[in-house]
Amino acid sequence: MAEERRQKLCSVILPTESMKAMAESVGVGSLQEESCLALSEEVSYRIKEIAQDALKFMHHGKRRKLTTGDIDHALKLKNVEPLYGFQSQEFIPFRFASGGGRELHFYEEKEVDLSDIINTPLPRVPLDVSLKVPKEQQKTDSTEPLKAVKPGQEEEGSIQTKGQGANSAEVKGKEKMRMKPRSTHELSVEQQLYYKEITEACVGSCEAKRAEALQSIATDPGLYQMLPRFSTFISEGVRVNVVQNNLALLIYLMRMVKALMDNPTLYLEKYLHELIPAVVTCIVSKQLCLRPDVDNHWALRDFAARLMAQSCKTFSTTTNNIQSRITKTFTKSLLDDKTQWTTRYGCIAGLAELGHDVIKTLIIPRLSVEGARIKAVMDGPVVSNIDKIGADHVQSLLLKHCACVVAKTRPLPDMVDQYKADYGYLGTMLCSHVVKARAQAAFQAQTVNRTTLTITQPRPTLSMSQSGLSASSGSRTPSIIKVPSSLTLMSTRPGTPTQPSPPATKYIVMATSAGAASTQQVITLSSSQSGSSVTSTVPSTPTSLQPLVKLESGTTGAVSGPRPLQKYIVVSLPSSSSSLENKGSGVIPSSTSPISMESAVKLERSESPAANTQSPH
Amino acid sequence: MAAVQDGPMELDAEKEAKPEILSDGTSNLSGNTASGTLSSSPLTAAPAGGAPKMEDQQTLIAVLQFLKRNKLSESVEILRREAGLGEHQEGSQATDGSGGGKGDGDGGDANSLLSRVSITSAAAPQSMPVKSDCIINIFRCDLPFMFMLSEDQPDVSVVLSAYSQQGDPPLYQVYYSGLKNFIESVLDCHRAELSQLFYPLFVHMYLELVYNNHETEAKAFFDKFSGDQECYYQDDLHILCGLTKKEHLKGNEVLLDFRTSRFVLHISRDSYQLLKRHLQERHNNQIWNIIQEHLYIDIFDGMPRSKSQIDSMSGSLAGEAKREVNKAKVFYGLLKEPEIEVPLDDEDDEAENEEGKPKKKKTKKDSLGSKSKKQDPNAPQQNRIPLPELKDSDKLDKIMYMKESTKRIRLGPENLPSICFYTFLNAFQGLTAVDFTDDSSLLAGGFADSTVRVWSVTPKKLRKVKSAGELNVIEKESDDVLERIMDEKTASESKILHGHSGPVYGVSFSPDRNYLLSSSEDGTVRLWSLQTFTCLVGYKGHNYPVWDTHFSPFGYYFVSGGHDRVARLWATDHYQPLRIFAGHLADVTCTRFHPNSNYVATGSTDRTVRLWDVLNANCVRILTGHKGPIHSLAFSPNGKFLASGSTDGRVLLWDIGHGLMIGELKGHTDTIYALKFSRDGEILASGSMDNTVRLWDSMKAFDEVETDDFTATTGHIHLPDNSQELLLGMYHSKSTPVTHLHFTRRNLLLAAGAYNSQ
Repeated sequence: MAEERRQKLCSVILPTESMKAMAESVGVGSLQEESCLALSEEVSYRIKEIAQDALKFMHHGKRRKLTTGDIDHALKLKNVEPLYGFQSQEFIPFRFASGGGRELHFYEEKEVDLSDIINTPLPRVPLDVSLKVPKEQQKTDSTEPLKAVKPGQEEEGSIQTKGQGANSAEVKGKEKMRMKPRSTHELSVEQQLYYKEITEACVGSCEAKRAEALQSIATDPGLYQMLPRFSTFISEGVRVNVVQNNLALLIYLMRMVKALMDNPTLYLEKYLHELIPAVVTCIVSKQLCLRPDVDNHWALRDFAARLMAQSCKTFSTTTNNIQSRITKTFTKSLLDDKTQWTTRYGCIAGLAELGHDVIKTLIIPRLSVEGARIKAVMDGPVVSNIDKIGADHVQSLLLKHCACVVAKTRPLPDMVDQYKADYGYLGTMLCSHVVKARAQAAFQAQTVNRTTLTITQPRPTLSMSQSGLSASSGSRTPSIIKVPSSLTLMSTRPGTPTQPSPPATKYIVMATSAGAASTQQVITLSSSQSGSSVTSTVPSTPTSLQPLVKLESGTTGAVSGPRPLQKYIVVSLPSSSSSLENKGSGVIPSSTSPISMESAVKLERSESPAANTQSPH
Repeated sequence: MAAVQDGPMELDAEKEAKPEILSDGTSNLSGNTASGTLSSSPLTAAPAGGAPKMEDQQTLIAVLQFLKRNKLSESVEILRREAGLGEHQEGSQATDGSGGGKGDGDGGDANSLLSRVSITSAAAPQSMPVKSDCIINIFRCDLPFMFMLSEDQPDVSVVLSAYSQQGDPPLYQVYYSGLKNFIESVLDCHRAELSQLFYPLFVHMYLELVYNNHETEAKAFFDKFSGDQECYYQDDLHILCGLTKKEHLKGNEVLLDFRTSRFVLHISRDSYQLLKRHLQERHNNQIWNIIQEHLYIDIFDGMPRSKSQIDSMSGSLAGEAKREVNKAKVFYGLLKEPEIEVPLDDEDDEAENEEGKPKKKKTKKDSLGSKSKKQDPNAPQQNRIPLPELKDSDKLDKIMYMKESTKRIRLGPENLPSICFYTFLNAFQGLTAVDFTDDSSLLAGGFADSTVRVWSVTPKKLRKVKSAGELNVIEKESDDVLERIMDEKTASESKILHGHSGPVYGVSFSPDRNYLLSSSEDGTVRLWSLQTFTCLVGYKGHNYPVWDTHFSPFGYYFVSGGHDRVARLWATDHYQPLRIFAGHLADVTCTRFHPNSNYVATGSTDRTVRLWDVLNANCVRILTGHKGPIHSLAFSPNGKFLASGSTDGRVLLWDIGHGLMIGELKGHTDTIYALKFSRDGEILASGSMDNTVRLWDSMKAFDEVETDDFTATTGHIHLPDNSQELLLGMYHSKSTPVTHLHFTRRNLLLAAGAYNSQ
């Protein structure tokens, strides 16, 4: 036992040089070697004795550190006069000196000018001892019996500091032993500045700044301290802007939520209680904009619904039951007859995003009822324009989501009559959609189940965020292809013609293959309005939504060739020059470029299958 | 007595003995008388008489009788064992001798001899010359014991002189390793027991070498064998390794402890025989001498103990407790509660609760009635220790207590208490002691800056009594006179008591909340009034730091213990101690009164807990097993059990009635400074330097052991290693060591400690 301690137990004695030096300091010039030895042994022994006694005082003082006071008390025990005036700012105040073949440790004693001491202002009086007790303790002598609660269930009582105020650092000491109060941490000045900049950029007018800010939120690893503030910012922002029907700001805030979710270093679960209400508000609110007939608040609902679905996927557990609670909420208002079209749309979108199973069990059975309701609006007497638009949107939403589900579940012969019988008013349209969906599925099967990375014309605000969505699906798993913020996947609805064409964005595709030197291609992606595909477009139908890509570099062949080992890094260059913008708008798609992009994605996919989870809508 | 021993010896031996007696120098005169007796004794006069064997036996009987008269029962036993004498033999011989006046002609003299011997020996117990075989060994056993009785602090030279005989220094290593090889080669069952010898032998051999100025040999010896010692002796080894010179031996307390007290070992008879045979075969006299002189081997019959059994009991500075030390009866039962008729007016309070009333009455009868009607057979006499009369205010308080206890939460493994932590801020590591009043209304803290601070933890503020002049003006007949005498102007939440000149290490409230005790490094215990917030008395007696003090549960008495290694019992109205409890071999670190106020428990740096009888200051229990200085003690509310916590982070549970360890609670990683049983004793809370409060299922710990058979003569118990099962909860604070724990009357757990910002 205790072999390792054996070394510790050897008795250490002071070097005789120290004895000599001490003797010299008190004026004894020549000390014989033997006397030095005898002295050092004796002194070492006494020092040990005193240290052992001092330890006793430390134990009784209930401390872990030996203080000079303990030594003083130990000396007093031995009837030795204590050392006076020993104090030190440092833990080990000894200096080392060598010279003349001697090595010494000494204590630096500075000469002190008394007048200096007298003239210096008095130091601040240390705070007095105070006792901190939980407030509920104050009523111990009330007659009602104290509840015996298990420590874990103790309610967090407000904390009262008795006596003099204690400074904040010390107040931080725990109160309830197990309860860890959710603490908001102090932010450094830099963090405060950052927070201010980011929040201003996110809701400001400059789109470029916003993109940068969102990018920062989505990638910066050190934001956890600001997370509570961001979370409050968003929830408060939504609360205020819903009332004011400020659609733009709501969109910005949702994009912030998106960015926060994308950040792999942030874990939002603790803040879901603030974020989820905000997101749900954006999905189902009756009115989100000032002019419901003109503004495209539908896109916001779609987007928020997707956020909701994502957070359900990420955070729903058996204990918090987020998904089932959310589903219940949506279903309840969907079943309500009085629900307005806007809210209805939101509910359906929210449910649809939760996956095919939800669509199958909750939406498809409702198709006939909803169809009847839509028919009533469409075919009925002239009602308000707003209702009509709403019904129209709900209809296309239902068709869009249900078509692919029906296509998968229903046996093949797609008879219009049959559909009509099953789904009522919507049956006819659904049938055609299903046919299209089947065709598309067949097409996809042909093209070796490639993932379509369809790039459609992005709307300036929302499409950006949607792109974020796709990026996030990538960033959940370590993906090599990073779809930049302005590369958009699938806008559900084509933009209104009034929207200016977005700036073309440059992409650099870094291809690194084993052995070969990395090649670099700059691809400029831009998209133009495809005017024909307005309402009837089934998303991700390749014909209607061809991305317009121009490869500036000519080395296409290198990219398109199937090289399983190649990695592509796509980096976006924000378009700063207007020339690019102009150029982009008029570009004709080249036939090779989509393939090259697709192949890139495919390659990526083969390496990490989960990387590209954006499935066709 | 000397005569008896020298009986069978030659005359030169007697002459040799003489100078020894003289050299003792303690009492020349008695030495001479002894030798006078010796020469006149008919026993010695008969030189190697007709039946030497018979004579030997006679001698032995005489010795035995002497020993019996002097209550040296252990020696009697050993002697009888050694000589192979039966009880009956002795008895018959004695009657023969006295009654018959027969045969050998010695019998008649035996009595007269005995009487003479007893006179001389009573006069000079130290003068016993020490020589030769088994009898002498026994006397050696008792010798230092007598020294201890006669002088509390023995003269160093006397103590050390035992080391004067020496063997060949370089052979020490050979001796030791020889024994080591032997012990390692014996059967497993004996090895563990005999291994106990290593440490005391090692220490004594080392000290012998040092004493005889063989410094290098001592160092080599230490280096070679110190690593073999059990790890719980490390602290002492650290001290030992500093001792390298004869001069150091003087004045070293640890050494003195080692010398004055014999290291006690419990060894089964078989193992002991084995050892003895080995040593005799090898003629290993050096070790044999040490065993004879410095060790006390308590031999028991039965199975040898296992390693874990030995480990659980060893660790103290002077080995285990002798078995007979713990044989004394301890009245651990509680005193009868005084009969207090509950005044009728309390029904006003409870009037609104119609259902509550009958229930309350019933419970009161249960709890009170059972206690008062049936006297606890283990309880001491009500007036064994005179206790102060109950005052009216005490009775009121008792009533309050009963009311509160009816509302008490019943704790258990399923129902743990809430813990409320009182954090001292800005104490800058200066908080050294905390105490709560029994009703949890006041809190006192002792600080390293010599102050004592008292806080009111209820909204009721602390007020001083008005000055004498103002008091004169008050109308004494008014109903609210008690309210009127208080000075509203002085109301505050806390008061500071200045008076000590060194760190305050212990504070204790009186049960009636009128007084506060504080003990300090300056060697005094001070009594403070909580009416005037002034110091009333400074009790001087300990000349060294006083580590702890504690009020009796009935007030009036208090106990203090300090660096001077004694605990003292005081009464508040006496400036000198009433009792001094001496016996600990190192500082008395903590002191607690038994709930019935008849006993005091002390914990010490010598790693033992002792229980003292207040009536006669006798030590009635020595509890060994801790491996570090003991810093906290707690009695269970029923008075049957004791818990102790030490620097090694373990809590040990003891059964007071049997004097046995019944549980070991492992888990803390640092010194345990606070222990407390819940009001009903179901939960034991422990607080430590490691910033945790742990709750233990004490009922389970006690129950499991109670089923075992205590009556086994060996008294060796097998400790179940079930700390984890018994641990009910562990609660961390952020950075606040737990200094004190207290259960309120309703079983809410209060904890206190100073926040440590470092």
